[in-house]
Amino acid sequence: MIAWCLKALLSHWWRNPVQLFAYLAGLALATALWSGVQAINSEARASYDAAAKTLGEGQYDLLIPKQGSRIPQDIYVLLRKSGWLVSPVIEARINDVRLLGIDVVTSATGLPNLASGQSAITYDTLFANEETALKVSMLANVTVDKSIAPGIAIGDIGLVQRILKRDDLTRLILLPNQPIKQLSLGMVAPNLRIQSAHAVANVTELTGSFHLNLTAFGLLSFVVGLFIVNSTIGLAFEQRRGMIRTVRSLGVPMRTLIALITFEMMTLAVIGAGLGIILGYFIAAFLLPDVAATLRGLYGAQISGTLELRASWWVSGMVLALIGTAVALSSRIWQIVQMPLLASAKPRAWVVATASRFRLQLIIAITLLFSTVPLAMTLEGLLAGFILLGCLLIGAALALPPLLGGLLTLVQKYTVAPVWEWFWADTRQQLSGLSLALIALLLAVSANIGVSTMVSSFRQTFIAFLDQRLAPELFVEVDTADQSAALEMFLMNRQIEVLPLLTTQVVIADLPVDLYGIRVGQTYRNNWIFLDNTLNAWDVIERGKAVVVNEQFARRADLWVGSLVQVSRDLILPIAGVVGDYGNPKGQIIIIERIFKDLYPNLYASNFGVRTKDAAQLRSQIVNTIGIKNNAIINQVGIKALSLEVFERTFVVTSALNVLTLGVAGFAILMSLLTLADLRVPQLAPVWALGLTRRRLAWLELLRAVLLAGIVFVCAIPMGLALAWILLTIINVEAFGWQLPMYLFPLKYLELGGYALIAAFLAAMWPAVRLMRTPPSTLLRVFASER
Amino acid sequence: MVLRLEGVKKSFRNNEELVPVLQGVSFELEASDTLALRGESGSGKSTLLHIAGALEAADAGRVWVSGKELTQLNDGQRAQLRRTDIALIFQQFNLIPSLTVAANIAFQSALSGTPDLVHIKHIASALGLEEQMQKYPEALSGGQQQRVAIARAIAAKPKLLLADEPTGNLDEITAQSVLDQMLKLVAQTGTALMIVTHSTNIAARMNRQLQLRNGLLE
Repeated sequence: MIAWCLKALLSHWWRNPVQLFAYLAGLALATALWSGVQAINSEARASYDAAAKTLGEGQYDLLIPKQGSRIPQDIYVLLRKSGWLVSPVIEARINDVRLLGIDVVTSATGLPNLASGQSAITYDTLFANEETALKVSMLANVTVDKSIAPGIAIGDIGLVQRILKRDDLTRLILLPNQPIKQLSLGMVAPNLRIQSAHAVANVTELTGSFHLNLTAFGLLSFVVGLFIVNSTIGLAFEQRRGMIRTVRSLGVPMRTLIALITFEMMTLAVIGAGLGIILGYFIAAFLLPDVAATLRGLYGAQISGTLELRASWWVSGMVLALIGTAVALSSRIWQIVQMPLLASAKPRAWVVATASRFRLQLIIAITLLFSTVPLAMTLEGLLAGFILLGCLLIGAALALPPLLGGLLTLVQKYTVAPVWEWFWADTRQQLSGLSLALIALLLAVSANIGVSTMVSSFRQTFIAFLDQRLAPELFVEVDTADQSAALEMFLMNRQIEVLPLLTTQVVIADLPVDLYGIRVGQTYRNNWIFLDNTLNAWDVIERGKAVVVNEQFARRADLWVGSLVQVSRDLILPIAGVVGDYGNPKGQIIIIERIFKDLYPNLYASNFGVRTKDAAQLRSQIVNTIGIKNNAIINQVGIKALSLEVFERTFVVTSALNVLTLGVAGFAILMSLLTLADLRVPQLAPVWALGLTRRRLAWLELLRAVLLAGIVFVCAIPMGLALAWILLTIINVEAFGWQLPMYLFPLKYLELGGYALIAAFLAAMWPAVRLMRTPPSTLLRVFASER
Repeated sequence: MVLRLEGVKKSFRNNEELVPVLQGVSFELEASDTLALRGESGSGKSTLLHIAGALEAADAGRVWVSGKELTQLNDGQRAQLRRTDIALIFQQFNLIPSLTVAANIAFQSALSGTPDLVHIKHIASALGLEEQMQKYPEALSGGQQQRVAIARAIAAKPKLLLADEPTGNLDEITAQSVLDQMLKLVAQTGTALMIVTHSTNIAARMNRQLQLRNGLLE
């Protein structure tokens, strides 16, 4: 019995391959984007974990120089002799690889091989994973160790010092369990300071929001994919109502039938999700280089460029797909259980919109949409932002079919021509069957409008920001106080505007902050744009009566213009201006040079912005006269180009996911139309018999698809703009710590609208051509079957 | 006794109103017996057929099929009875559209065990379906589909065959031919047959006739 019953159930797919394809493809697409994104996230997390394990970052307090980036080796010896348990580290970047030298004996982290192996070869060997090993193989012998984080090569400190031709250190790790008695740090090494482990920004935290954004996109695509699955399952069940009635009346018990249907659908779901996981792997592999570039550019986080098949992401994709299928399936199974054995086998409910369901949908939609206003005003945090997004998207999705229904009823009411009256009525009748695909399109187009508004607003703001921050033509870095003084003297003697930059890291308002000392001049006054400021802000700052802070600090410390900042124990100044500081995860406070020098008399300006009309000539003069190395002078035009490149790559991933989501929505329309095509024949046959040609009917089908897509696009504009507003003013602030102004890009939206119409047209073309080629005998069969 | 009904009552709810359809129907059917059930539209003929076929439950009264009382059986047991002892021929054929004619004919007998392929071939031949065996139902005419439904019912070798207007879709000549074949096959297997029909001609070919009026047998 079971074999024959299964044969009957599966024969449905055999006879309806398009439906089978829609089911498998819907599941595959849903799972693909979700698992692709999860694959990227899991690869990144594994890289962060490996880095934390290798470097011990965030685990131990560090000793770092107050000025510059180097510690003389004598200081290390002195500290050890004075009872300080410290372990030396040297670090530099070569060939895009973070090269780390550690002391095997004293290090609390590092390589087990180095610590326990003790072989002579170990001390002459760098350790790196396979990918990184290739980049440093010319420097020394490299032992491949898969456990080393990507982008990091690690070796004995002596070896790394030889490679770097240096005899100093970068930092000292403060080992746990320091002796109770030891000389104070100020006495032994007055130029060093302790950096708390907590003050180091944790890369997992920093990148968390980025991964959350990716996950949100993956989830959106997953939901759109599940719409296809739900719609296909619904259609398959409606079309099999007759079969279900027959097999039950022929003696198949309900319980057996339900078990077999569940087995059938879940087996197919496993196949679909499996295909999706394979597809997801390729999507992740395709996107990973851009994600890696983004994470490196934005956060300095290194992630592996090669993808591993980790159980965490493919199992989550499979489980989610099966849960999604089970949810869609359960409502249909419930319908079968409730269905009287002799219920009509006509496929009725699927294409006939029920007014009561639309009413309920509209009530839920209005409740959700109205709840967004108080939510936006009261909720805080990233999760709250996503809840708000969820309410908006689900509310709009639920509202779409009843709104379209109402609109079509209204149009029909004012239509006189009979063909068009039929057309509007028929379109309204199709809504129930097409609604999931139209909702998918609405979500995809809204997401596209929202995200492209955000990206384009970000781009516009970011370019203006680069012009502001990179106004000086040259940026010079000096190594010593002597060089600093000589450079300043040299430039001032030539009447060249120089912008010295003093910097140190401090903790203010319990937050790790970069404190800057600047010389206020025309460049600042002309180029810097405040997000908010007091009257004559630069004048007040120049007099040393106020500070400028970046937005990240202002938001994290919950301070704004007019608030007081405790710069040091004895100095409290008000905030005169808040500046946008895009792409920087850290807080900044800017004071004038004079106050900075009063606070930190031992520190000198290690960086200078220089205004010049002839950058190349001045550069060579500085190199030749002061002796500053050529690579310590940066042409800011190049930096600007590099920053823009990082920016563009940052959003390549988002754009790719956008396009994929729109593609999935187009596919959803195609599948809905194809699966509806068989049900359409009995609806179209009478109209054909009354005199409308198949060609005209096909054109009307095309027109209907384009028209519905057009209405969906119009609905998607306010939705997309609301989405952009939430992304820019809530999600972005929570995720990155800065707010962006929102600009509108009507031409871009029109372009998107064009794509949506083209997608709908292309999706409707195949079913329309099929209709055009339907032989009259097929249409006549409709009447032949009537009793 | 293959079928026995005793005081069967059935009502349907139409909005708030309870409409009685069967008001105490009793009769019996022996093996090889053939019975025509007649009555006006809406007189409850199909409902009576469905109750006898263990598809629907009576509100009151008792029904025995092959000696088993239906009210004592659960869903699974009733389904088993339908597989092994009862076969139905529906007004709308109720073929499985995604299975071939051959698979449709074999389906019910396959549900209760291994189908008798020789018997199936014989039935298909008798009903003139040999040429159609690999086709799908949608490619057949209404009359051919009806013959497939009859073949499926008889191929299951039921003790009780219940047919609801089995020739309603056929022209008179084809209807007579199909009925001839059906009666012949039923006679060969000793099956009890109950047919619901409007046709006096078909009713005349049965051993017995019952008229259903206002929910009661006349």
